[in-house]
Amino acid sequence: MNNYDVIVIGGGPAGLAAAIQAKKDGASVLLIERENRLGGILKQCIHDGFGLVRFEEKLSGPEYAERFIDEFNSLSIEALALTFVTKIKKNGDIFEIHVVNREGTAVFNCRAIVLATGCRERTAKQVFIHGTRPSGVFTAGTAQHFTNLLGELPAKKCVILGSGDIGLIMARRLTLEGCKVLGVYEAKPSPSGLTRNIHQCLNDYDIPLFLSHTVTRVFGDERLEAVEISRVDEKMRPIEGTQQTVECDALILSVGLIPENELAEELGVSMDSGTKGPVCDEKLMTSVEGVFSCGNALHVNDLVDYVSESGETAGAAAAAYKNTERTTVKLERGQGIMSLVPQMLDLNGATSSVTVYFRSADVLNNCALIIKIDGEEKFRKKYAFLRPPEMERLVIDFSAFNLSPDSKIVFETEVTSV
Amino acid sequence: MKEIICIVCPNGCTLNVEKNGGEITVTGNKCKRGEEFAVSEMTRPMRTICSTVKTDRADIPVLPVRVSADIPKEKIFAVMDEINAVTVTAPLKRGDTVIKNVLGLGADVIATSDILSRN
Repeated sequence: MNNYDVIVIGGGPAGLAAAIQAKKDGASVLLIERENRLGGILKQCIHDGFGLVRFEEKLSGPEYAERFIDEFNSLSIEALALTFVTKIKKNGDIFEIHVVNREGTAVFNCRAIVLATGCRERTAKQVFIHGTRPSGVFTAGTAQHFTNLLGELPAKKCVILGSGDIGLIMARRLTLEGCKVLGVYEAKPSPSGLTRNIHQCLNDYDIPLFLSHTVTRVFGDERLEAVEISRVDEKMRPIEGTQQTVECDALILSVGLIPENELAEELGVSMDSGTKGPVCDEKLMTSVEGVFSCGNALHVNDLVDYVSESGETAGAAAAAYKNTERTTVKLERGQGIMSLVPQMLDLNGATSSVTVYFRSADVLNNCALIIKIDGEEKFRKKYAFLRPPEMERLVIDFSAFNLSPDSKIVFETEVTSV
Repeated sequence: MKEIICIVCPNGCTLNVEKNGGEITVTGNKCKRGEEFAVSEMTRPMRTICSTVKTDRADIPVLPVRVSADIPKEKIFAVMDEINAVTVTAPLKRGDTVIKNVLGLGADVIATSDILSRN
């Protein structure tokens, strides 16, 4: 009874979509979630704007998640909450998933795994903020958890470091609840978050955004009392003599997200330096046969609609998985491409309609995405602009390109006019 | 001429708005909704707001809510005061009304989660 076709690890939007799709495709499915409720990070993302692509509605995070949870429940898919995967072992063609929960330990077997483990926030230590260790230094997600799930305001007067979307959303949310947000400081010369969030979260509430600035020190013993802010040069190094001290009781960090892939790494899955997630083919199977990846574990998304889409792709492929040999060819990042998914194609699979996601490395206007095969341009799509914070999605028919395992397929950007 | 960023969808188009007497012309929008947004932004800016209301349960201290339709931007903090005055005691479902026609603005404050009815 501990045997399943597909085990999905993670019950956020990617895992829910994967489990639903695998079940609809006839697989027996178990979903494992470490928290007490399904929904993942959407549980605390009470702001709206989710589902514009999929449902053409502006839903809040809980509404979006619960539509999937309703479907998940109506399909009677098995789920284990408050259950943590400690180890995955491969035994021939079967994966053994070792878990621990309040009942003790258990082992479940499956032939395909979908890793939907989401991402983690970068912390203060990872961005080298020096000084004392007072309370009051939070990641934006932690501040969001306090505010939106526990109903506790974590600050009265705060500084936000980093202009990622969660930081911008939290600047607005804390302001609505009566906290004074003194400013959002971003080390890069351009914002990290979506342009519409700069407008509706900062400009609407007169919250200043300081580009090319960073926090260089924190002060306070028990509780944060102030932060030191410095201007930075184009290499993001603090400029001596530009320090200023800003009094505040909280520093909120929105300095990037990293896919969470401890389990994938343990399985020996190859990782991509661009996405920080697993290298996958067009069915979202990783370099390890039978192991699939989706959602923010695969690459950090800015729209949940695409998270669900990748979950469905991985879920369908996991349900259909048979251990047949792959003939793979690499999709390479060339000039101007920061990240690209998938990173390879299985030429034995269906390559006529492959969904590709990419981000540009820089802000470009009047530009194009180009695919070159063995040095020759085979595909071109024009864009009015490309911005690193905004992931692009397109569907490409690779079957038209006469690919072989030796083909050199390179994605690059080109500025068409200045 | 004024430049505004459209917040209707993730495209975030840069809209150029020109006001000629009573006439407003919009360029830079990829769709019709961008034009409507620009005109509303120049005449009566509207926004949606999302927040939480208190509950009487220790295990689920707050319930997420939002307004069912956009409200005037200048009423945001007045609506927040109404939202913060409420304590929910019933096991509301997603979409249930928490405050009917808040401040007479023609929008309800509605629950956005089944968390109270499900747990």
